[in-house]
Amino acid sequence: MTRPPTWIRRLPFSPWHLLLMPLALLFALPLVQMVLTAFMPDSDINRFPPRFIPSRLVLSGFADLFAQSSALRWLLNTVIVSAIAVLSHLLLCSMAGYGFARLKFFGRGAGFMVILATIMIPTQLLMIPTYVLFSRIGLIDTLAAAFVPWLASAFGIFLMRQFFLSLPAELEDAARIDGCSPFGVFWRVVLPLARPALATLTVFTLLGSWNDLIWPLIAISNDQLYTIQLGLANFQGTRHTQWSLLMAGNVVATMPLIIAFVVAQRQFVATMSFSGLKG
Amino acid sequence: MSLLFAGRHPATRRVALSAGRARWLSRSLVGWGFAGPATALIIGLSIFPAVWAFLISRQKWNGISPAKPIGWLNYQLMAQDPDLFAAVRHTVVFTVLFVPASIFLGMLIAVALNRPIRLVGFYRTCIFIPFVASAAATGILANFVFNPQYGAANSALRVLGLPQQQFLESQSQALLVICLIALWGQVGFSVVVYLAALQDIPKDVVEAARIDGANNRQVFRHVTLPQLGPVTVFTAIWQTITALQLFDLVFTTTRGGPLGATQTIVYYVYSQAFELSKFGYGSAVAYGLFAVTLLITAGMILYSRRSKIEAF
Repeated sequence: MTRPPTWIRRLPFSPWHLLLMPLALLFALPLVQMVLTAFMPDSDINRFPPRFIPSRLVLSGFADLFAQSSALRWLLNTVIVSAIAVLSHLLLCSMAGYGFARLKFFGRGAGFMVILATIMIPTQLLMIPTYVLFSRIGLIDTLAAAFVPWLASAFGIFLMRQFFLSLPAELEDAARIDGCSPFGVFWRVVLPLARPALATLTVFTLLGSWNDLIWPLIAISNDQLYTIQLGLANFQGTRHTQWSLLMAGNVVATMPLIIAFVVAQRQFVATMSFSGLKG
Repeated sequence: MSLLFAGRHPATRRVALSAGRARWLSRSLVGWGFAGPATALIIGLSIFPAVWAFLISRQKWNGISPAKPIGWLNYQLMAQDPDLFAAVRHTVVFTVLFVPASIFLGMLIAVALNRPIRLVGFYRTCIFIPFVASAAATGILANFVFNPQYGAANSALRVLGLPQQQFLESQSQALLVICLIALWGQVGFSVVVYLAALQDIPKDVVEAARIDGANNRQVFRHVTLPQLGPVTVFTAIWQTITALQLFDLVFTTTRGGPLGATQTIVYYVYSQAFELSKFGYGSAVAYGLFAVTLLITAGMILYSRRSKIEAF
């Protein structure tokens, strides 16, 4: 049997820390620097070599950001888009998933096959015709252009259907015998059981819609309707060296999701792996 | 109710039949009431545009003046477009670097995080948080960290006594740096998926191997690794699709530069369609990318089937 060398066995801690500690710092430090720079006075950034720890904390980066851009408006737009995307996904995908998993009706098999077939279609293929379609029906340069493509997804329907198939049907039968309508069964009995799958769907839809860049970039040119990602990406081009301002913008764009992740970490990791194992 | 018990009277058969039809109709209405709204959205926002994109790809069209049908000309032009070849080459280089690295790092970090040691929660949080950050924010942050004059990357090289680099401003380094940034953002996903798979491996299998005298390395090679097969296929497909569709990071860091060195396929589609208004040609390139993605995914699934890895 091969044994680790003596110096490793004499360490007062597990040798795995030698791998994990540097890696964890490598992943975390850029974000720490982002936050610190957002609160740094310009004099700390522009000296050479630049400081990592600010000499004092100032809010001028945020003040400049809100004075020179519509970042708060962009943030509000993003919140609206993501909220509509998540709520619509939760309702429409779980209803469709339930229908395809449990109800027997004409065209069910064909309908589900059509939806499955679209899972592999990448958004890049759809953006040109969708742009033309939206401009013909007057959706381009409205906030609706940003959220309409996020109202439902084949992945969401598939995920919910797989979850409902794994639920035992007895509870639903019991509720039906007690005189519950199909929608009542779904709303009062099935949906409360679907929390893990709904959490997964929320995570994926929130991440996707909050962080989306290419579609808002194509569909929206009025800067009052920008999402925060699009706003920052465009704003960067005009503010090359104002790093505390740009990092303040990054903090505004990323912190809501990062805080949500840290608060709900257990759920978050569980749902990511849940989706992964379902393939 | 009385009709149901009316016996063999000819009218009852008709009533029973239409009652069956009414039940069939009401079941279909209820079913489509559930499945209809989402299905209609998918058809309207995926199937319809996908078919339309194919029609557009056989036209010369700038989106405003009438479209001109040109058959397969756009696809023939693709075969002689040096800029497209360059974009394909950059995308392939990126994918070949990114996918194996994200799988190897994901597996390595997950194995380490699966040990009963202190600070595991802290490490996991640190490694996963970049996955939550948007590509736009990541790109802007990368411009700061890799800034040749005052970025942290060059400061670190200076402390180590290594020569200063141009990073994103160098034609030869930019794609590599983007790959590192993408790994920073995406490895967390591989780690979480592998960690879940590791925790699903039954403890008694590992115990049995140990009783039979297997050391750590043998347990990993002959017990753990085979169990990670399906999740590796899944991660490989997922990360390959992510890599082939690289756009956001390029847009927020180099915009395809310097001198086109980081132009990717999706970036090329974007610039052809929405900067140069070549909707037909852009659609043809997008269809080419779609076909290649399908082929690669199908190839990976077939390979995993043949190697008896039950991934799908």
